[in-house]
Amino acid sequence: MKAKGLYFSSYVLWLLLFVLAPVALILYQSFIGINGNFTITNYENFFKIGAYLRMTFNSVFYAGLITLITLLISYPTAYFLTRTKYKQLWLMLIILPTWINILLKAYAFIGIFSQAGPVNNSLEWLGLGSHQLLFTNTSFMLVAAYIELPFMILPIFNAIDELDESLVNVSRDLGANKFQTFWNVTFPLTLNGIKSGVQVVFIPSLSLFMLTRLIGGNKVITLGTAIEENFLVTQDWGMGSTIGVILIAAMILIMFLTGEKKRRGR
Amino acid sequence: MKKINIMFFGIILICLTLFIISFELEKDSSSGESDKTVNIFNWGDYIDPKLITKFEKQTGYKVSYETFDSNEAMYTKIKQGGTAYDIAIPSDYTIKKMIDNHLLLPIDHSKLKGLGNIDSKFLNLPFDPGNKYSLPYFWGTLGIIYNDKYVKASEVKHWDDLWNPRFKNSIMLIDGAREVMGLTLNSQGKSVNDTNVKDLQAAYEKLKKLSPNVKAILADEIKVYMAQDEAPLAVSYSGEAMEMMDNNKHLHYIIPEEGSNIWFDNMVIPRTAKNIKGAYAFLNFMLEPKNAAQNAEYVAYATPNKAAKKMLPKSMQDDKVMYPTNKTISHLEVYDALSQKNLSKYNDLFLQFKMH
Repeated sequence: MKAKGLYFSSYVLWLLLFVLAPVALILYQSFIGINGNFTITNYENFFKIGAYLRMTFNSVFYAGLITLITLLISYPTAYFLTRTKYKQLWLMLIILPTWINILLKAYAFIGIFSQAGPVNNSLEWLGLGSHQLLFTNTSFMLVAAYIELPFMILPIFNAIDELDESLVNVSRDLGANKFQTFWNVTFPLTLNGIKSGVQVVFIPSLSLFMLTRLIGGNKVITLGTAIEENFLVTQDWGMGSTIGVILIAAMILIMFLTGEKKRRGR
Repeated sequence: MKKINIMFFGIILICLTLFIISFELEKDSSSGESDKTVNIFNWGDYIDPKLITKFEKQTGYKVSYETFDSNEAMYTKIKQGGTAYDIAIPSDYTIKKMIDNHLLLPIDHSKLKGLGNIDSKFLNLPFDPGNKYSLPYFWGTLGIIYNDKYVKASEVKHWDDLWNPRFKNSIMLIDGAREVMGLTLNSQGKSVNDTNVKDLQAAYEKLKKLSPNVKAILADEIKVYMAQDEAPLAVSYSGEAMEMMDNNKHLHYIIPEEGSNIWFDNMVIPRTAKNIKGAYAFLNFMLEPKNAAQNAEYVAYATPNKAAKKMLPKSMQDDKVMYPTNKTISHLEVYDALSQKNLSKYNDLFLQFKMH
């Protein structure tokens, strides 16, 4: 079993170098003030300056909306996908866009949503006139939801696919109607898929920043924007790290809230 | 288990191979030929590529050319010293910061040929007195671009005109705290380098009222959008404006007469430079009027080289966008390097403005 130790040690090494060390460095940086001294003013500022709190609220609010939109689209999609004939093929087609870089997709949307883009052209053709689509909250959420969609569909699809069909049949045999079966049998049994989907979508959505500029025209400001600005423009790495630490804390909280509570009650 | 074994060792093998290849490549570029290669660090799309070929042919040096997209990113990279750049091209306030932090080598003027070609207006500026550390490369201004299909020339003469309620949701701003705060300070008759807390707060209060007119706060994308008629007004740099106007005949550029920013991008030799001789060869090459003119024609920014300016096509020489009159220039200000505390103040206020 020497080999096992080898794999294990390489895994530990990886964790140390690329997960724990960076997090520890960020934590350390977050206590460094603008004069290079060791202080907690960064945290004080975060909670004192109203802008940061509003930004936090904005981030959580938009991430929540994006997650909700993707969930509403994903669950039915995943559900019907499991009932199609060539489900693996369809699934593959849904995953395919994730192979394309997120920036390229964002730039594609700039073309699609612009004043002379195809969406406005079709609207005009239908007699609805052209509208301002870019730089609105709606377009930002739409594009963000589009990008996150495959990550939500995949875990839900797996959960529904693994569901024992006979349980559904039993429920129908015992007199439950279609909705009751769905609500009392299918939904609770696929809840774990939803939970991991929510985690995978909500957490990255908290710190989206390129999209907020390219599609949102910097009218939606999230914590990601603030981190970018503190690191690249102000060069106040301490404050940037502080926001990073707060994001990490928020993520741990989300993981905890949506995590499986298997051990309890068993 | 066997499969995992094969995969595991496969990955290690690939890593090792890549490591060896990169090691060999590094050896090539750093040790053996360091006196034959000139490492140049410049803004993206900021030199005529034909000039690099010409420089290589003329001097026998090999050019390794890298680009950056912000002064701050360039500053960090040079400070960390991973690559030994022989030439870099930062802007005014960053040059000051680099001098203060001892990141630059002094330039020996006796080794230069053709310094007299540079217009004396652009020498001996406050950020580098006596041009001890830097030589002018290009310069430009900040102003308003408007589309004459939607906006009359008489409607945009001053920064204050941006606040006109008629321009609801129609302005694209450049994403920079110095630029946006600066133009607001200018509109209140203050300096773009004002650090008085009261003045900054007043500027922020005024800026808040601009929010309804702002359509988006962007970077390079403004060029594309303005050319596509996406917005009637924008605030950006003169060089960017030139490029937009080439693609859309309805666009015009103005510099508000109450004041604005004038900026300079200068060539410097970072302290980490290895090939000093090559660096001087490049400086002298770019000082030659013929080369400077070719570069100005390609990049479409204003050249500080007066001998080169005379070689440009007449239409370019007379262009008021690129070369504003001396009277206009006298109203313009260079950005000073701000202290970390004041820089944070500018950026915090700008961030708060963005959230409106």
